[in-house]
Amino acid sequence: MDKRRVVVTGIGAITPNANSVEEFRQALFEGKSGIRHFAQLAEHNFSAQVGGRPHGYESKLSEYFTSEDLLAMNEVMIFAGIAGIDAWKDAGLPIIDRKTDEVNWNAGAIVGLGLGGMDTIAEKVIPNVLAKKIRRIGSSAVEQIMGSSVSAKLGGLLALGNQVSSNSSACNTGTEAIVEAVNRIQFGLADIMLAGGAESGDINIWAGFDAMRVLSSKFNEDPEKASRPMSATAAGFVPGSGAGILVLESLEHAQKRGARIYAEIIGTALNSGGHRMGGSMTAPNATSVQRAIAQGVADAGIKGTDVDYINGHLTGTFADPYEINNWRIGLGVTPETLPHINSTKSMIGHGLGSAGGMEAVALILQMTHGFVHRSLNTEDIHEQIMPYANSVAVNRIEKEIKIAVKASFGFGDVNGVTIYRKWEN
Amino acid sequence: MTENEIKDKVVEILKPYVRNTDNLGSVSNSTHIITDLEVNSSRLVDVILAFEDEFDIEVSDEEADKVQTIGDAVAMIKAKI
Repeated sequence: MDKRRVVVTGIGAITPNANSVEEFRQALFEGKSGIRHFAQLAEHNFSAQVGGRPHGYESKLSEYFTSEDLLAMNEVMIFAGIAGIDAWKDAGLPIIDRKTDEVNWNAGAIVGLGLGGMDTIAEKVIPNVLAKKIRRIGSSAVEQIMGSSVSAKLGGLLALGNQVSSNSSACNTGTEAIVEAVNRIQFGLADIMLAGGAESGDINIWAGFDAMRVLSSKFNEDPEKASRPMSATAAGFVPGSGAGILVLESLEHAQKRGARIYAEIIGTALNSGGHRMGGSMTAPNATSVQRAIAQGVADAGIKGTDVDYINGHLTGTFADPYEINNWRIGLGVTPETLPHINSTKSMIGHGLGSAGGMEAVALILQMTHGFVHRSLNTEDIHEQIMPYANSVAVNRIEKEIKIAVKASFGFGDVNGVTIYRKWEN
Repeated sequence: MTENEIKDKVVEILKPYVRNTDNLGSVSNSTHIITDLEVNSSRLVDVILAFEDEFDIEVSDEEADKVQTIGDAVAMIKAKI
């Protein structure tokens, strides 16, 4: 069976440095950091007191949600709702009035999350259980802490009638969601899929990472310097949050309705390292990463040297030099021919379950507008990355991007790769 | 507190849950919370919690189950304050 071609027709995002796609484009172009110091983290004795969390969006909530919606939505659901509705509108798709019984039978959503409604668990469930006041939990705790909270809410907001579910593969979640949704459309099971990831910026989520001592704690006084992927002075990632969602569509469906097409997804790969060969719950098996990249390239039917731009996973930890080496081997290139590479996390932190989604939107924006954004804080490139220094976007690079790769690698030793080709009319 | 004052507070508490806002303008004691105002039945749990907070009362599950109209809510609350 021939696989159907899949294109991107809509993008939506709410990120630590932008509350809309247009703001995100501008922030990426200008290299605007969304990393801030949080007094709450300092008050709670966190070692790392900086993070990325969307803010200033509250006044526009009524444009997206009813008062009834908001009574049963926590932060991760709000982020996913904003990004999903924005992507849907950006694709030129009509929003069905809630008072009608019309359903979009051919449209679905795979939108995942990493750690879920921790704010609801912390504020509603645990205190009431400890106080033995179960009734006081109210009616909406389950829908806010269930793993599928974000996709389920989008299903109702947009009257989706196809598969509606949430995947979870830690920091690979957003990219995995896109791959799964591509597959569904390729095999003719849906015409339109929302795909991406969301995560809340909750102190209780970030606490576990702080306890692991994997967060950036040396730049509490200078937050915009804290997220330093590929830097010699990187010493941990900055936790982020938000949502990034794509509208994916079969090419024939998009063309039939005259949709604007950003890009075609020409190759994908998902794999895992089995916690062998150096891989573990928290570290990647380098061989599995290289295999995933090579499989994505093979699936796309391109050569590694055809790639114009890499949106790296690159979190700002000890793993960055290994990742760069994995890109070289996976793409089959030399240090001199590694495509231009940057880390969107340098501006917005590591969005965990939302990372792959927000970074996919960043990739589409750079491809559409012809630039590779500055990878912040790379003025002191790590010694092991120096051979690749000409590929690192220390400053913004204006260039046409025809083919770009986005990969994510997550706890659990899991990997996801997506390859995009700019759509030429 | 008069019945009308209780009724006004009950309507105010219900407002964010009401899907059929057209019917909010003509609320009477016989207005059915679920069928006329189209409040999601599962949210009645939250409405009862809000009554408890607003009027400083306790409502048992059995009493909550009997509340179907605005008048039912007002009568139940009036008997407890």
